[in-house]
Parts: sequence; structure tokens; C-alpha cells
Amino acid sequence: MIDADPTPLAEAPPLELQRAQAERLRRVWAAPTGWRYWSAVNNTQVGLWYIAVAFIFFLFAGVLALLMRIQLARPGNDFLSAELYNQTFTVHGSVMMFLFAIPIFEAIAVTLMPQMLGARDLPFPRLAAFGFWCFLIGGLFLSGAIFFDAAPRGGWFMYPPLTSRYQPGIGADIWLLGFSFIEVAAIASAVELIVGALKCRPPGMRINLIPLYVWYTMVGAVMIVFAFPPLIAGSMLLEIERAFDWPFFDATRGGDPLLWQHLFWLFGHPEVYIIFLPSIALVAMIVPTFARVPLRGYTWVVLAAIGTGFLSFGLWVHHMYTTGLPGISLGLFSAASTAVAIPTGVQFFCFIATLWAGRVKRSVPMLWVIGGLAVFVLGGLTGVMVALAPFDFQAHDTHFVVGHFHFVLIGGAIFPIIAGLYYFYPLVAGKLLSQKLGTVAFWLVFVGFNITFMPMHLSGLRGMPRRVFTYPPESGLDALNLASTIGAFILAAGIAVVLWDVVRPKKAQRVAPRDPWGAGTLEWVQEMPGEDWGIRSIPEIDSRYPLWDQPHLLRDIDEGRFYLPDAQEGLRETLVTSVIDAKPLQCLRLPGPSYLPLAAALTLGGFFIFGTFHLWALATGSLVASTGVICVWLWTGTAAKPTQATKDVGLGVVLPIDAAGPASVGWWAVFVTMLADVTAFICLVFGYFFFWTVHDDFPPSSSPGPGVLWPTVAAALLSASWLLTLLARRWNGRDRAGAFYGALGVAVLFEVAGSAALLAGPWSSGLQPTTHVYPALVWLLVGWTVLHVAVGVVMQLYCLLRRARGVLTAGHDLDLHNVVLYWHFTFFTAATTTAVIAGFPLVAR
Amino acid sequence: MSTKSAQPHLLTCARFALAFAVLPLGKGSTLEPAGLAADRVATLFWVLTIGATVIWLVVVGLALYAVSASRRPQSPRGSSLLIVGGGVIFPTVVLAGLLVWSLSMLPGLLAPAPAGSLEVRVTGYQWWWRVEYLGAEGATIELANELHLPVGEPVELQLESHDVIHSFWVPALGGKMDMIPGRRTRLRLEPTQVGVYRGVCAEYCGTSHALMSLVVVVEERQAWERWLAAQAQPATSPGEALFLEQGCGACHTIRGTAADGALGPDLTHVGSRASVGAGVIEADVPGLEQWLAKTAHLKPGVLMPSFGMLPPPELTALAQYLAGLR
Repeated sequence: MIDADPTPLAEAPPLELQRAQAERLRRVWAAPTGWRYWSAVNNTQVGLWYIAVAFIFFLFAGVLALLMRIQLARPGNDFLSAELYNQTFTVHGSVMMFLFAIPIFEAIAVTLMPQMLGARDLPFPRLAAFGFWCFLIGGLFLSGAIFFDAAPRGGWFMYPPLTSRYQPGIGADIWLLGFSFIEVAAIASAVELIVGALKCRPPGMRINLIPLYVWYTMVGAVMIVFAFPPLIAGSMLLEIERAFDWPFFDATRGGDPLLWQHLFWLFGHPEVYIIFLPSIALVAMIVPTFARVPLRGYTWVVLAAIGTGFLSFGLWVHHMYTTGLPGISLGLFSAASTAVAIPTGVQFFCFIATLWAGRVKRSVPMLWVIGGLAVFVLGGLTGVMVALAPFDFQAHDTHFVVGHFHFVLIGGAIFPIIAGLYYFYPLVAGKLLSQKLGTVAFWLVFVGFNITFMPMHLSGLRGMPRRVFTYPPESGLDALNLASTIGAFILAAGIAVVLWDVVRPKKAQRVAPRDPWGAGTLEWVQEMPGEDWGIRSIPEIDSRYPLWDQPHLLRDIDEGRFYLPDAQEGLRETLVTSVIDAKPLQCLRLPGPSYLPLAAALTLGGFFIFGTFHLWALATGSLVASTGVICVWLWTGTAAKPTQATKDVGLGVVLPIDAAGPASVGWWAVFVTMLADVTAFICLVFGYFFFWTVHDDFPPSSSPGPGVLWPTVAAALLSASWLLTLLARRWNGRDRAGAFYGALGVAVLFEVAGSAALLAGPWSSGLQPTTHVYPALVWLLVGWTVLHVAVGVVMQLYCLLRRARGVLTAGHDLDLHNVVLYWHFTFFTAATTTAVIAGFPLVAR
Repeated sequence: MSTKSAQPHLLTCARFALAFAVLPLGKGSTLEPAGLAADRVATLFWVLTIGATVIWLVVVGLALYAVSASRRPQSPRGSSLLIVGGGVIFPTVVLAGLLVWSLSMLPGLLAPAPAGSLEVRVTGYQWWWRVEYLGAEGATIELANELHLPVGEPVELQLESHDVIHSFWVPALGGKMDMIPGRRTRLRLEPTQVGVYRGVCAEYCGTSHALMSLVVVVEERQAWERWLAAQAQPATSPGEALFLEQGCGACHTIRGTAADGALGPDLTHVGSRASVGAGVIEADVPGLEQWLAKTAHLKPGVLMPSFGMLPPPELTALAQYLAGLR
């Protein structure tokens, strides 16, 4: 091999130099102090806030669950009013899903992944901070509503027409806009995680050496990118119907409530696996450590995780078995739904095989892992039962299902997360949690959980539907419900013990030893207590368990014998490596502390929050402000012209500082983001064709449609502007300034004209979006496209200005590459829109 | 003196009015099936439950054995066998078998009742059921929140919704089916045992979703025919003047009188029903009095206004009139 992996320096650098290096690194990576602390963007701070806030939302939703259990303790109870009960279960489910389960996954990943990858930080620290602030602002807004009796009360599934026409007040708007805001933030974090896992691995960590946690995280994050857009698209339709009366779900004007169910469950089912997979990822890290052997069946686990992710997108209809679908659909989706048990089974048998292969050391994390396994397997088995359509006809929407999915989610997520808490706590806090409290908590939670949720299977089969605030006496439900209530309080006591263990003062407790569990994975090289720099020097990896297999690894890392042992320029840096082989490609400069992410989150949050109250002037102002903040953020914080072309990162490796196109992390981030964006667009197009399958006459023959002329003109203009943007990049590369300015300038003009032409179609034929779902859909597709073109115009103007200011040059053009990439997607959007609105009516008639 | 003695009574009334009431109307368990579909699914349930218990014991047993100290570590070959055997082959075989068996039930469960069977249209409202028996020549017999079926005969239900999505579910008779605005769904029931069964709305439909019960009375063919004939008659009770005077007829129909409203339940034979308010309270004189006086307390969010402002004698007279509509 020509490019054999370099070995660490044979000689340690002089002690003096080591100290100076460490001092420089420490200063560069130090968290800001005082009130400036809240401008921190490093994963060691943001990750911690993220985890803490998600856990607080978990406790809040847990308290709501206890209130519900008190109400249901006996028949005819009046502890909560019907209205308040309905708000309570809606907020409980929504908060657990959107403010705990998804954020805790991203929070743990943001915190741990850099350590597992031996990276200083993930590639977009400010994006992660932005995601956190959006989550906090949106979460407070959403959960605060219940204290004003204004919380959403349509269930976490928000089925119209209940939520579109029969629930006045702002509850449903809070849900739709608040969660859309948080979902955007969740996608931002997912982009960060995907690009981090692909591009920021340590040299030598080839694709077959990636820690299983990182594999699972990648699968989960990719699922977010494809699963959240259907919900965002659906929420947009529902909010537009509520605010502007466009009848997407109103059957009297051609709409259909079932469209929402398809879009919702197209998100909602993958969501379950987005929660489950990253939690199981913690198990995949814990099991080998305590079994003292590498995981058996690594490839099986990776393929099973990917397979689960794929399959989970083909199961959504099993939430709709009772909507009157034809038998053939029921059969197909029953088969697909049961099939997902196979990759899940593979993962669990790999864990059992690993335990069996080693000598298991007993510990609190292992206790929670085994308890979680016992609980989850039962939930999985009842999952197979409800996957079979005939059984689901009875079990659907009853407490049987409530019992089933709490076994799956608590066994598959809460138990592993608490196992992970006990396992990884020393990495974050430098101290161990109490073995005694952890064991007590386990038995309280395990026993309480089973007393709560086991009886629900039976109460459901005895005829107790979900979401009822009371039930009749003497119907065989009284004792079961009382048991569930008692169990819920035992479960809560266990969670309280965990909470106490985490927050109890530990000043007197001695610092945990380094790698306290004797684990083999890279995150455990961390010093105790941890330093903000993440890792002292970035090692070359050639094992899945480098701490077990690579001799002197700790010493070599600590003495700075690997890459980037220093911060000579006083800048935050990490390595970018290739996707498959993890060959070093670039020395990436990372941004430091800033209030811009917080400002961007506040202003963008203002848009959604003011929008909820229909304060359109303030909402528009916030949107303009947030666009401004984001532009400042981009201008000052990204794609700065490097002061040097290359840098010696150590071990004789010299890497470029700058990268553009697919070699750069920014290009990948835009690519992943646009995948999410185009998925949302495809969901809207799906809506169009959904109505074609529902109605005999769609597009309605009575409607003139947008015509052919104007959409064709628009398509021609927008295609031309896309080609001009491509040419502009080429001419910029050849440093032909005049041609570059000309091409982009003309492109902008074409885009303005093209947008006008696109709007002229439905405008000129007088389509009224409130009269029928067809004109509403045409206007929606047109509006979506024009919005994207408008954002593209802003990007092009940005590039023109950057070039005029000399920041964008022939050799430093990553902005332009990213804008071209955006335009590829926007061209696809514009072409599809015109083909659908102008072309399809010709074919359909 | 009389006011003093009335106080405790008022207090109990107030307490009662605050608490939520749902009547235990008939049997409502899927595990005591009284219909063909429910019977098949119950069998499926027991087989699945026993199978799941065995599998759970084996898997958890394996996991506990794997963490126990007193055993030899498994060889890599053993691991592969365990992963492939337990994770791939075993579930594939079991799931394939389950699918074939359970899906073979589907055609029978989904098939419509044969032509000429009894047809009933049930329409979901927030939060009650309109029930219409469809006669041969378009004539219908209408009532609310109560369904009488002849035993041993298939019945074809046409399910619709007036407002939001509801779901029609009589656990003891068969699976549920959603009622979706703008669509018509259908469900076939075939009761096998005489009795009274509880139906509920299974899809969350707003404030009083929990208070949307349905009584299903399954009886012998002759008894059922007598009941249907009685239901077809116009109302016979005197004392309708008060009912009309209070404007009740704007929302309710009582056939044979001037009351012909369509917004609320048909009350022609309300006195013959097990409950009013879709399972909230008995349809006798005291129950109807409560219902009229405290409608919104008994059923939060209900559209019907309370008539608590009426003088007690008038309330009683109205309740007596309604209870007499048998």
C-alpha cells in the first residue's frame, strides 16, 4: 500500500511543548464565562443544555401522565374536567414525542458523537446551538399553553376535521406552528449529525470500523430527514385550512380527512423507530463493554438497523386498518408490519450472543439493559399481534394499544436511555452515579411500569377505548384502572430516585477513574473530568475497539503524538476525512461562541409564535429580522477567506484549509437539507395525486385550471435561470468577472419574471383556493415554488455581493457551489410543479 | 323547614352533577364474544397470546442465561447460529404462518352481508349516534343511540359521519370501523347470542368522546319485529304542547307531532331506550329531569342547551312526557 496509515510519533514531544500545546488548546476551546456563557456553541455545553431541557420536558409530560392516571383511578371521577383531560393527553403525547424522545436522541448524539469520533466538535457547532435554542423556545411556548387552558386538545395525531373546523381557539394553531418550528430545528440537528458521521471521523476509521452508536445515529438522522417533511407538509396544509379556509381536508369542498392520516403516519410510524434505534444504539455500546468482548454480528446489526429504517417507511397504513381500506392493502401492510420484527429480532439476538460470548460483569447499566430487553420484547410481540389486521380491528384505538406502545417505547427507549445515563454520566460530569440508587430506581421503575401498563392490555380488550376521560362502573374496568394508577406512582417514584441521583451534590465524591468501565471505544479516552477540547490529539484508528486493541493509544493521544495536537493560530479546528475510507482531506476551521444562533432562533420563533396569534405584522417583522440575522450569520461566520492555503496537521500530513463542492462539509449539509425540502414538496405533489385517486373527476372538468401558456413560460424562464446559474459558477471559476455578474444578474431577472408567470396561471383563470381542494392545491404548489425561487434569488444576490466584496473569488467559491446545488433542487421543484399543474390535466382528461 | 331538609339533597345533586356519569350499558368485552367476527378474533387473540408468552419466556430466559456467571462462553460459530436461527429463521417461519392464518380470516370479516339482509345506517354526531333502519322502498325508521338486531342474522351497517371522524365499535360483536366525513364505510355484524351489548366511539372525537355510548339489543326475530313495528309508529303520548312550546322541535323530531328538527336525535320512542345522552343517564323520569336541567354538566361541550331555568313542575312534566314516549 502506498498510503499506509501513519503511526504516531515515535518520540513524545518535549514536555515543555506538550504543556504549551495543551494550554493553547484549552484557551481556544474554553467555554465563555459569566453571562457570555450562553453564547457557547461547543458540543460539551450545548449538548448538556439540550439533554437537561429534554429531560425536564420528560418530567413535565410524566406529571401530566400522573394527572391522567388520577382521573382514571375510578369510574366517573371528576378530578380533571373533560376539556382539561383532553388537553392533558394531547400535551402528554406531543411533549413526549416532540420535546423529549426526538430531542433526547439528538442531544445525546450531539454530546457523545464527537467523543466517539475523536473529533473536536461536529462540523456545524452554531447550527447545533441554533437547533437547541429553537427547541427551547418552541417547547416553552407549547407546554406553557396548558397553564392558560389554551393547550391543543386534538390528540397528538391531530386528525381533521376535528382539528380543522371543530376546535376553535389557538390550541391547534399552537400545535401546528409550534411543532413545525421544532421540527425544522430537529432537521437542522439531523443535518449536523449526518455530515458529522460521514465527514468528521478520525483518520483510519473506515466505514466498517464506525462505532455502532454512530451507525444508529446516522440511520435515525437520515430517517428524520425523510420522515419529518411529510408532517411539516401536512401541518402546513392544516394550518392553511385553519387560517385561510383552503379546504384540503373538508369533504364538502372536495377535500379528504384521510390525506392528513396518510401524511401524519408517513411521519408517525418512522418516528417510532427514530426513537427506538438511537436508544438501542446505547445498548450496542454498553453490552460489549460489560461482556468484555467485541459485539458479535457487527455487520448484522448495521444491516438490521438500516433495514429497520427502510421498512419503517412502508408500514404507515397499519395505523389506518379501520378506515375502510380494501383487503389487499390490509394484507400487504400486515405483511410489511410483521416483517419489521425480523431485523429487530436480529439486533436483539446479536446482543444476547455478545453477552453469551463473554463473561458478563454485573452493573447498573446492564441491569437497565436487561430490564429494557424484557419489556421491549413483550411490546414487540404485542406489536406483531396488532400488525395482523383482524386482531387490530378489535385492538385498534383501545388501551391495548396504549399498553403495547408504552412497552415498546419505555422498554425500547427509556430503559436504554437510563442505562446510557448511568453508563455515560462520568463522561459528562466526571463522577459516577450511585450503584445503590440506580438499583433501587430500576426495581421501582420495572415493577411500577408493569403494574401500570400490563393491565391496560386487558382493559382495552374489555372495551376501553383510548382518550376517554372516564369509563362506566361495573364493566370490569375499575380494578384494572386502579392498578394502572397505583403502578404509575411507583414508576414515578423510581424516576424520582434517578433524578435525585443525578442532581444530588457530588462535591465530596471522588472523580471517576478514566475509562471507569474498561470500555474499548474511543469516547472513553476522555480525561476525567473532561476538557472542552474533546480530544487532546486526533488519533489514527484501526479497530472497532481501539482502547482494547491499539497499544499505547491513551499515552499517544495525551502526549499529542497524533493529529492536530496544537492550536497555533488560535482557531478551533478539526479534521475532515473521506466518507468511505476516512482519509484526511481538510483541516476544518470551526466557529466559536456567538449569540447569532440564539438571535436567529428568537426571531424565527417570533414568526411562528406571532403567526399563531394571527399577528401578521409582527410575524412578518420577525421573519424579516430572522432573515437578516441569518444573512449576518452566514456573512460573518461562514466561508471566510482562509489566511493560509494549507496546514501541517502533524505526522507529515499537510491538508488544505479550504474546500468547495462535495469535498466540503457545507455542500453535504445543503444536500441533506434539500433532500428534506424536496421530500416535503413530493408530499404536496402526493396530495395532488391522492385526490386524483379519490375523486372520479379530478382535476374537476368544471375548473379551467391554470392553463398551459403561463406555466410553460414560467418553466422556460426558470430553466434558463438555472442554466445561467451553472454558467455563472463556471465563469467565476475561470475568473471572468463580467460574465459571472451578467449571468447571475440575468438569472435573477428571469426568476422574477418566471415567478410572475407562474402566479399568472391560476390568477388569470380566476382559481379561487377557498372554493375547492383543486384550486387550493394548484395555488399551494405555485406558492411553494415561488417561495423557493425567492430564496434562490436572495442566495444569488448574496453571491454577487460576496464577489463584489472580494470574499468570493475564483479559487474560494464554496458559497457558489452550495447555491448551485440549491438551484438543482429548485429547478426540479419548478419543473415538477409546472408539469403537474399544466401537464397533468391534459393527460387526465 | 322544607328548605333545610332540601339542602343535603341539593348538595348530593351538585356533587352528582360534577362527577362524570357513564351507564354500564350491557356487556362490552371482546373476550366474551357474542358475534361471529368477535368470536374469530377472540380465538386469534388466545392463540397469539399463548404463542407470545412462550416466545417471551424463551428470549428472556436466553438473555438471563447469557448474563449468568455459571456457563462457558459461546463460540463465534455458536453466536452465528444463534443470530441466524433466533433472529432470522425462527421469526420468518412463525410470522409467515401467522400471516397466512390471520389474513385468511380477512375475506370473511370484510365480506358484505348477503343481499336482502337487514340494512341499518348509523351516522356519528358529536357525541351521539343517529340510527336509521332502511326499509325496502326507501322508508326509514329512525331512533338514536340504540340498535336492535335479530340474533343469528347478518346485518349490513352503513356508517357515515355528520361532523368529525368517529369509529363504530361494539366489542362483543365485532371489530370497529371508522365513520369518516365525506365517505361511507360499511361493517357487517352477525350476533350469535341474545343480550344487551355496549357500543362505544373508538376514535377521539372531541370533548365528550368518552360519553358516546350505544346500546345494542340482540333479541329473537319475533321480539325484534315487534320492537321495530312499535318504533315505526308515530308518538302516542299526550302532553306535547310543552315540548313544542319550549322549542325542542327545532332540533328534535317526534313523529306524529309538529316537532321535525333534524339537528339532534329523533325522540319518537325515547322512553323505550336504555339511556339518553348516548349512555349518560337512564331514560326514565328522574334521569330525563336531570338531563334536561343539567345537560352541559352531564355532557361537557354538548350542543343542547340546559333547561334548568324551567320551573320544577314543568321540568317534571316534560320528563314525564318524554319517558312516556315508549
